[in-house]
Parts: sequence; structure tokens; C-alpha cells
Amino acid sequence: MKLKIKDHNELFREEEYRKQFEGKKEFEDPYPADKVNEIAEWTKTEEYKELNFKRQNIKINPAKACQPLGAIFCSSGFDGTLPFVQGAQGCVAYFRSHLNRHFKEPVAAVSTSMTEDAAVFGGLNNMLEGIENAYTLYKPKMISVCTTCMAEVMGDDLNAYIRTAREKELIPKDLLVPFANTPSFVGSHITGYDVMMKGILTAITSGKKKEPNGKVNIIMGFDTYTGDYHEIKRLMRTMGVDFTLLSDASASFDSPNTGEYKLYPGGTPLMDAADSINATATVALQKYSTLKTMDYIQKEWRQQVSMMPMIGVKNTDRFFEELSKITGKPVPQEIDDERGRAVDAMIDSHAYVHGKRVALVGDPDQLLGLISFILEMGAMPIHIVCTNGDKKFEEEATALLSESPFGAEGKVHINKDMWHLRSLLFTEPVDFLIGNSYAKFLWRDTGTPLIRIGFPLFDRHQLHRYPIIGYQGVINLVNWVVNTILDEMDRKTIDTTSFDVIR
Amino acid sequence: MSTAIKDTQKIIEEVLDAYPEKAKKDRGKHLAANDPSGNCSTCKVKSNVKSRPGVMTVRGCAYAGAKGVVWGPVKDQITISHGPIGCGQYSWWARRNYYNGQTGIDTFGTMHITTDFQEKDIVYGGDKNLDAALHELHDLFPLAKSFGILSECPVGLIGDDIEAVSKKVEKEFKMPIVPVRCEGFRGVSQSLGHHIANDTIRDYVLGKGKLEKTTPYDVALIGDYNIGGDAWASRKMLEEMGLRVIAQWTGDASVNELGIAHKAKLNLIHCYRSMNYICRHMEEQYGIPWVEFNFFGPTKIYESVRKIASYFDDTIKENAEKMIEKYKPKMNEVIETYRSRLEGKKVMLYVGGLRPRHTIGAYEDLGMEVVAAGYEFGHNDDYNRTYPELKEGAVIMDDATLYELEEFTRMLKPDMVGAGIKEKYSYHKMGVPFRQMHSWDYSGPYHGFDGFPVFARDMDMTVNSPTWKLIRRKR
Repeated sequence: MKLKIKDHNELFREEEYRKQFEGKKEFEDPYPADKVNEIAEWTKTEEYKELNFKRQNIKINPAKACQPLGAIFCSSGFDGTLPFVQGAQGCVAYFRSHLNRHFKEPVAAVSTSMTEDAAVFGGLNNMLEGIENAYTLYKPKMISVCTTCMAEVMGDDLNAYIRTAREKELIPKDLLVPFANTPSFVGSHITGYDVMMKGILTAITSGKKKEPNGKVNIIMGFDTYTGDYHEIKRLMRTMGVDFTLLSDASASFDSPNTGEYKLYPGGTPLMDAADSINATATVALQKYSTLKTMDYIQKEWRQQVSMMPMIGVKNTDRFFEELSKITGKPVPQEIDDERGRAVDAMIDSHAYVHGKRVALVGDPDQLLGLISFILEMGAMPIHIVCTNGDKKFEEEATALLSESPFGAEGKVHINKDMWHLRSLLFTEPVDFLIGNSYAKFLWRDTGTPLIRIGFPLFDRHQLHRYPIIGYQGVINLVNWVVNTILDEMDRKTIDTTSFDVIR
Repeated sequence: MSTAIKDTQKIIEEVLDAYPEKAKKDRGKHLAANDPSGNCSTCKVKSNVKSRPGVMTVRGCAYAGAKGVVWGPVKDQITISHGPIGCGQYSWWARRNYYNGQTGIDTFGTMHITTDFQEKDIVYGGDKNLDAALHELHDLFPLAKSFGILSECPVGLIGDDIEAVSKKVEKEFKMPIVPVRCEGFRGVSQSLGHHIANDTIRDYVLGKGKLEKTTPYDVALIGDYNIGGDAWASRKMLEEMGLRVIAQWTGDASVNELGIAHKAKLNLIHCYRSMNYICRHMEEQYGIPWVEFNFFGPTKIYESVRKIASYFDDTIKENAEKMIEKYKPKMNEVIETYRSRLEGKKVMLYVGGLRPRHTIGAYEDLGMEVVAAGYEFGHNDDYNRTYPELKEGAVIMDDATLYELEEFTRMLKPDMVGAGIKEKYSYHKMGVPFRQMHSWDYSGPYHGFDGFPVFARDMDMTVNSPTWKLIRRKR
């Protein structure tokens, strides 16, 4: 094709647009360029950092979302389940689009479209009509209810509303309708995942206590790597362990293209979920996103529970030791070989990663796993920013750092955001940064190379398909880390003799 | 009634059959077979009313309209998402309102700034913290020209007085502090948020900007959010016509531009839905006429350029003709390149604002036909402007649900669908070529002479990607 087409990437670099931008300033009443540069320089200083860290009342570029997002993510992993949100409709539009953008997958969820009249009279009518419409139109096997902050501020009584819906026969008497209160002014998306999981398990296992089934339940936590779900299933099969994956997001968020859109592409079968109460043990691969659920399982189901992060070699080792202990099954040679390959990859690449200073921003559980991996590689976590981390997380992360000489300089910042991190990257620079797509603004401002690990990942495709857990996950992490460092090295040495072809 | 209309009505009835009685009755009013003549009384849809609960509407909320659409792009204002964490997180730089400036220093468009309400704020109110937050921001960002307080749901429910905080802080900072009551439960969609945002521009900023001189050729470009650089492509044309664009609302807008648009001789409005309010106000208050235009695709562009020029003297009219002559060969070349690949392809559109009607001409320039069009949050005046643009019997849908979109796709078999991110991936699964027509699927610009080639290229890659053919469908 002869026609040369320029889109925004090229177009606005052209002379005529540059002139346009210059001319537009006449109407913008801008600050003079030297004033702007002066302030820009000031934001890089120690003085600015101190001012920045003093703020108590405002978040700037925080790395957390709100509860119902996590609740919807959790619900979507159960077969035939329609996430149903009592509250305003705009929230649900946002939850869906947020998950769409990360997974590049369809996301089904309905709201009860509460408006001003519901604010005055309460949301019962919205719930009743909503649940009837949703059931008739979308024919779910389970309707999983959570709330937006509107319903929470008003104090809508979900339990009573759902009971009324049943009494009025708007839905079948035996339709599963678990619910969770998910106020967005408490906790974050990981809290929402937790309380929704607890809500679903409570409802679905009610009256199902029978003989032990000998299975192991696995709860992934708020894990947005679909590759992790495939990986854990593969590993459990390799171990020969009978298991139930509670909330299998890989079905909803990684469904094959068959030319047919399925509203419910699969997920944890509800029968299996109901039977999870009879398992031998439950293992969660995240802790802070499953606290309430695991407490419930331990107390109510009287099950053996463990919370085992599975990122990095040592964590994965511990996971398999634990699994072996629970099931009495030995870890097979195949998995040991995988371990050997992961360690081999780390050794082969260590020279480029050793001693590198690292900043990390993300969710508590993922951070704990990544810190552990970084330390194993001989790199040094320096700034750890966790907007949705609490005191307990801070203690745990700090203890983890203190276990290794490479963690000596690391400092954990809870309830802080990426604008705090911006200051830190200027005053105490690091060699690379691990974070989600929004951390790319830090890359731009501070020049710190960014390795995209976390959620959301909007500006790179397919990354979520690669596992970050287990030994295979270790190999993927090594790949991303070392090759980002090497790319950066090439960029920096492009006009020198150090532009090596063998590294 | 024509056969085309009858056939479409039959399809609509079939789609409606799945609903429970109440919802069926209601949704029936929002779906219609198009009658361009306007003679068929049952061919008009009802719009701008509440969505049915539980049906999976695509709509958003007033906050999305006020923060996401109107105020968010204003680059040198710090726009605070006032309330819990989510709203600001999910709308963070999602609309690609391009701007020039140093982010975090003199502009703030790609930042997510929020008061992050906690339980104590719900119990004790958030006003005190808001006051403190404004001061903290003022210290950290001394070059901000204004602060916007965009309320989320709880703020209105707990009875906070953000107006009082604004008034107090405005005196201290000596700059506009704009309280925007765009709680998500207000109204029925994004639309009320646009209106509320327009009103706050009127009340807090309009008339307060600096403009040293005026000319007879001063215009304001209204309702262009510079998605992928749209407003820049439009501005380039207006300037080439000899017009002086004194304000751009609100793509790449500065607070000052919001303050001086009332000095324009003519307001040019692209997205009628989101900004007609302020145009009407400027007409009443300042006597400024306004004109709707359409910069999608050469046919509509030529028409609009001439329409705009007709408000000015011969110099401008001549410039307009010269400009059309200059770009015509390029436009023809684009059409020549792509038309043969797109001729006869059927398009279904379900978008917001202006696009369901404004892009029809651009598709037609490429030989494509729009067989169904709908708005998430349109009003009657949007639909009245749409009926004449579409063929008889085209499906008109208001506030369509996921279920309806899927059913209409099955029945109408469009060759491509243009809608939003929430629809995109279900269409990918269906194997129906799809383009996001809110964000241009991260491409753009689509406006103007520079935008049309990009539009044509993108529609071609959507319809003709070989990847669709790889899908192994069940027989």
C-alpha cells in the first residue's frame, strides 16, 4: 500500500502542529518556562520529599482499587455465576471496564442502577426488580451479590432484601445468592475479594458437611495472572493431588475463542465448591486477600489451613513441602527438575541482577513474594510502597527484609502512593522499578526502568498469561527482570564500545 | 408502513420476548425501526430515563460525565475525586484527552488525585479533610490554576458542604475552587454529569479569564475532548481557514480558556450532548451564536467547513474553499485505497455523545452502511438528529443491554461493530470485527483531514484482519 498514514504517534511531532501548540499558549495564560522548570527541579529535592511525606489527607496516584472490584473478580471464577452489585450503575461500568482493560476479556456484571429515589427510599425495589431481570435474562446458576458505597452508606440490608426476593418468588427458592458487604471506604480490592469469597463459601457449603473427600482446596487470592491458574492446576496434577480451585478465574478471564460468546465460560463447578467444606485442608496462595476467609475455614470448617505465597524459589519449596505434608505424597522428580531449571536460570542471569537496587509498588501479597524473589537473586529491595498495606504487612515485609543482607537498606512504606515513590526515586535512585502500568509515569519522570508486574497491566498485552507462581513463574520473573536490565544496558551503551552482542 | 420498518419491528419483538413483563414493556419503548421521514409515530425511541435494574446497562454515572468527560481534561486544574478510592482509579487517564504540559508540575491530566474516604469520613464527614487536602495540594503543586472537587456518591448522602469549603479556600488561594455535585446516583447516566459540569464552568470560571485582544475571527471549539488528538486536528483546519481559536473545551484546555470563551464571535460545537448547555448559556448571556458541525469523513467535513465559513466574511469563505481543494486529492486517495476493501460492509454502532450519528457519513464515504445505531445516554434531541442520517428500517436502540446487543448482532449480522471497552471482548469472542469508538481503540485522531486517513486505516484493519478467519467455529 502506497498511502502513508500518520496517526497520533507521528502526527503531532510535525512542524505545523508544533507551531499550533506554541500559538495556543497565547490563550492558556501559562507560567513562564523557567518558572515551570524551577518547580520541576524543586520536586526532585529532599525538601519536596519531606513536604510530600507530610501529607495526610490526599492520595496522589495510589496503587489500590475498591472492594467491589475484588468481589466481582472473585465471583467471576465460579461456574455460572453472575456478579450482582447493589448500588449505583456507574460503579459497575467502571469495574467491568477496569477488568476488561487488564485481561482483554469480556466481563459480565449487573447493577441495580440505584438513583436518587433509592437514596431516599432505600434500595429494596431496585434489588427486587434487578434480581428478577438478571435471573430471567442471564439465567445464572448463582447470583453473587456485593455492594457499592451508596448502598453501604444507606445501610441496605442485603440479607432481608434477598429473602424478600425469594418470598416473592422472583427467583427460585433454591437459587444460590451469596452476598457480601463491600464498602469502598474500607480496605481495598483485596478486602472485597476476601469477604466475597467468604460469603460464597458460607452460602454454598451450608448443610454440605459430610464425610471427608480427601481433597485439598486451593485459594489463589486476588491473583490476576491467568497463567497462575493454569500453572497451579498443572502442578497439582503433577503432584497427583485431588484438589478444588476455589474461584478459578482462568475460565472467565482466559476463555478460548470459538466464535461464540459465552456469558459463563466456566470456573469452579458449584458442586465442587459446595464440597470444599469436606476437604482435608485449604491452602491459600495469598494471605492479605484471604484473611477473613481462612479464619472462617479454620473456625467453621475445622480445616487445616495454610497461607503460602508461591512466588520465588524458597516460597515454592515451602508450598510443596506443605502440600507433601498434607497429602503424604512425595514431590515428584518432574517438579524437582523444574526447580532445577529455575535455579539454573537464576544462576545464569545473576551477574546482571546482583546488587541492583530495586523499588517495588503493588498489593501486599504480591510484594511479599517479589521481595523474596529479589533477595534470592541478590538484588536489593530499597523502596517498597504498598498503598493498601496495613501495619501487619509492614511488620511482615520488614521481617522478611531483615532475613537477608540484601534487604538491609529496604524500607516499607504503607498507606503511601506513587507520588511518594516519585520523590523517593529522585532522592534515592534505584536501578529498576517493579509496578503496574501506571508506574510508567514514574519511568517517564525519573528514568527508572520499569518491569511491569502487578495489576492493572493495561499498556502491555498478554503478560497476565504468564505464570509468576511456582518454578515456572521464577523463570518468567528472571526473564522479565534480566532482559529489562539488558535492554536498558543496550540503550545506555548504544554509542559506546560496551554495546556488546554477547552478554 | 414500509416493509423495511415492519421487518425490523419483527426483529425487535423477538429480542424483547426474553424479558420479564415489566422490563419488556419498558425496553420496548427504547428500541425502534428507523423512519427517516419522521412520519411513523411508533418509530421514535424513548430516552434519558432510568435504566432497568439488573439488565446490564452499559451506562455510567454523573461522576463519569463530569469528571471523566468534561472537567478531567482541563489540564492545569487539579481535579480531585472526592470520596472513596475506586471512581478515580477506574477513570484514571482512560479517555486519552491529550494535552501539552509537564505533568505534575504545570498540568495534571494523567494524575489520579483522591481524598480516599475511610469509614471515619463517612461517620464524621469529609469537609475538614477536604480543606486540609486542598492545602496540601496547593503546597505540593504551586502552579495549579484551579481545583475541582468532583463528588462521589457518599459525599451527597452524608450531607457534606463542599460548597462552603470551596468558598473558604477560594478566598485563601485566590483561584477558582470548583465544587461539582456529580455524585454517581444523580440522574440516569453520564448525561446529568455533563450538565452539572457545564453549570459549574458557568458559575465558577466563565468570564474570569484573560484575553488581551479580540478579532472578528475569534471562535471557541466546544465539545471536543482531544481524544487521540482530535481537537488538534480540528484546530489545525479552523486555523487554516483563518479563524482564531481562542478556547478549546475541554481537550487540552487550560482554565484560562474556560474563562474567555464568551469573547468568541461564534461557538463551534462538536459534541452537542455534553456541551449544548453552555452554548445555550453563552447565547442567552452574551449573544454568541453557536453552530453544530461534524468533522468525521470528507463529505461531512466539506459540508461543515462551508457551514462554519458562512458565518464569516468572504476571506474566510475563500480560505475554506481553498482548504477543501487542497485536501480533496488526499481524501480521494484515502477513499480509493480503502473503499474497495470496505464497500457494502454493514456497521452496528452503540456509543455515546455524538458518534452514533456523526460517524455515519465517514463510514458512508468508505462505502459502508450503518444498519443499527444507539446511544448510551442520548436524549430526544440526539435521536431527532439521528433518524434522518440512517436508512429506513435501521435499528435504533437506546440504553441497550448486553443481551440486546448480542441478539441484534446475531440477527443483523454486521461486518463490524463499533462500541465500547465493555462490549469489545464479547465481540472478539463472537468473532465479529470490533472497534472501540469511545477511545478510538488507542488510535486517532479521527477528526478532520488528518483524522480521516487514520479512521479509514483502522476500519480496514478491523474488518479485514486475517485473524478473524483463524477462529474454528463449531458447526
